[in-house]
Amino acid sequence: MSAAAPFDELYDLYSKVLRDLARSPKHRGSLEHASASARGDNPMCGDRVDIAVKLDGGQITDAMFTGRGCEISQASAALLTELVRGKSPDEARAMGAAVARMAKSGLRDETTEDLTRLSILSVVHKFPSRAKCANLAWHALDAALSGVKETSSE
Amino acid sequence: MDTNVTSGFDVTRLRQDFPILATQVRGKPLVFLDSGASAQKPRAVMEAMTRSMETAYANVHRGAYHLSEVATEAHEAARVAVQLFLGAAEPEEIIFTPNATGAFNLVAHSFGRGMLKPGQCVLVSEMEHHANLVPWQMLRDAGLGIGLRFVRVTEQGELDLEDLAAKLADGKVGLVSVTHMSNVLGTVTPAAQIARLAHEAGARVLFDGSQAAVHRSVDVRAIDADFYIFTGHKLYGPTGIGVLYGKRALLDAMPPFFGGGDMIETVTLEHSTFAAAPARFEAGTPAIIEAVGLHAAIDYVTGIGMEAIEGHERALVDHAMRVLTQVEGLSLLGAAQDRGGVFSFSLEGVHPHDLSTYLDRSGICVRAGRHCAEPLHARFGLDGSTRASFGLYTTREEIDFLATKLTDARRFFA
Repeated sequence: MSAAAPFDELYDLYSKVLRDLARSPKHRGSLEHASASARGDNPMCGDRVDIAVKLDGGQITDAMFTGRGCEISQASAALLTELVRGKSPDEARAMGAAVARMAKSGLRDETTEDLTRLSILSVVHKFPSRAKCANLAWHALDAALSGVKETSSE
Repeated sequence: MDTNVTSGFDVTRLRQDFPILATQVRGKPLVFLDSGASAQKPRAVMEAMTRSMETAYANVHRGAYHLSEVATEAHEAARVAVQLFLGAAEPEEIIFTPNATGAFNLVAHSFGRGMLKPGQCVLVSEMEHHANLVPWQMLRDAGLGIGLRFVRVTEQGELDLEDLAAKLADGKVGLVSVTHMSNVLGTVTPAAQIARLAHEAGARVLFDGSQAAVHRSVDVRAIDADFYIFTGHKLYGPTGIGVLYGKRALLDAMPPFFGGGDMIETVTLEHSTFAAAPARFEAGTPAIIEAVGLHAAIDYVTGIGMEAIEGHERALVDHAMRVLTQVEGLSLLGAAQDRGGVFSFSLEGVHPHDLSTYLDRSGICVRAGRHCAEPLHARFGLDGSTRASFGLYTTREEIDFLATKLTDARRFFA
C-alpha cells in the first residue's frame, strides 16, 4: 500500500507493536481471587475493559483484563496488565497519569523502560477523539484500586 | 450520461450551494457521510441568518417598535413555513423547541405528566433514538403509575406490527411514540398504519421525524399524527431549533412545561394564567435567528422539491445496496423493504472506532459507535457499528469511494 502523508500517521497509530498487543492473549482472561476489579465502559463507542488485580504486601502481584473494543483500548489494557505487576498502587496510578499526559501532549516519556513502552500510546495525540480509548483501562485500574466498580473515560 | 443527474436533480450543481463540500480534510476532498447526525448547510441558510442580524433583528413578541415587529413577522413566517412543510392545519400547531430532544421532553412532561393517567403506559419501539426513550423512562420512574412498553423489531429491522397490535390490545397504552425512519437501520415505518392501530386502541401517536422529515415528504394530516417531531440541523438548517407539531385540540388541553415570559396571559405575584399554544410552550426568548435559518432551509429543500430529493436518495440507496454488499466481510444492519439513506454495518475484523479513524484519513466522515441507539445494537448483538448516512448532496462516487476504502481497511487491519 502507498504511504501517502495522511497514511503515515495511520501506520504510526496502528503500529505492529500496538496491533500485536491488542491481539495478544497474554494476561487476557479472568483472575481468580482478585483483590480488586472494576469495569471501564465508554458507552458512546462501546469499548469495554475489565481490570482485575491481586494485591499483596502493598504491591500488585497479578493483573488480568477482559474486554472488547478498538485496538487502542485493548492494546492499552494489555500493556497495563504487563507493566503494573510488581508496582505499588501509587506507582501504577502514576503510570496511568503518564499515559493521559502523553495522549494529550503527544510527547514520548522515555525516562524509564516502562514509560518508554507506554510511549507507544502517545501517538493518539494526533487522533484527539481516540485519547479516551488509550485511557480507558487506566481509569478502570484507578477505579479498582479505589474500590469503585464502574467507570468510563468519556 | 452523467450518473449524478436523475430527472432534473443535478447533484453537482447543488453541491455548489454547500461551501463546506469544497473544503479538504488533510489534503483530501471531504466525503461527508454523517448527515444523519447533522447535515451541512447551504449558503442560503447562512445568508438568511446573517441578513436577519444585519437588517431585521430585535426581540420578538415584545417591542412596540418597527424592528421588533419585523423580527416577529419573520419569526411567525418561519412557523407558517414549518406548518406548510408538514401539512399541518394551522401555524398554531407548530411549536419551536431547542431541538428534537427538547420536543420529546416537552411532550413527556406536558402530555405525559399532565394527561396520561395512572395505569396507562407509553409504547416505544426497540429501534428508538435515546431521545425517544430516556424521557419515557424518566416519566415511568416519576412515581405517577405510568408504564413503558416496547414494540419488537424484526430480524429485517422492521417494526413488528403484529407485536404492536398485541401490545395495544389491552387498551392501556395512552401514547405510541415511534420513529418514522430509523437513524440506525434506515427503516421507514408505515406511519399511517401505525397511527390507525394506535387510534383504534384509544392511544395518541407521536412520530420521531428527525430522519424522515429530511428524506421524505411528510404530511401529518395524511398519516394522522397527533404529534410529530423533527429538528432543524438535520434538515440543512441551523442547530438550536427543533419542531413539535401537535394537533390543536391536544395542545390546548396540555399544561405548560417551562414557565416564564412569553407563555403567560396575566401574571400576579401569586398566580399566572397561560397563553394559548404555541406561546404556552415557548417560554423565554426563542431561537430568533435560528427560526429564520430553519425557514431558509425549508425554502431550500422545497425549492428543490422533496420528491426530487427522495428520488435522488432512492437511487443512492439502491446503488449503496449494490456496492456495499460487494464488500467482503461487511454485514449490513437491517434489511427493511422501505429504507432511506442510512446504512449501519459491521466490517469483520475491524472495530467501528478503528474503521472511522482509518476512513477519516481518506477524508471520509462516518459515525462510529451506537448512534444514540444502544438498545437496538443490543437487539442485534452488537457493541456498536459504523454508519454512513446520506444527504441530498451525496454522490454515487462518494459511495464507491467508501466501498473501496472499506476493502482497503479490511486489508490494513488484517
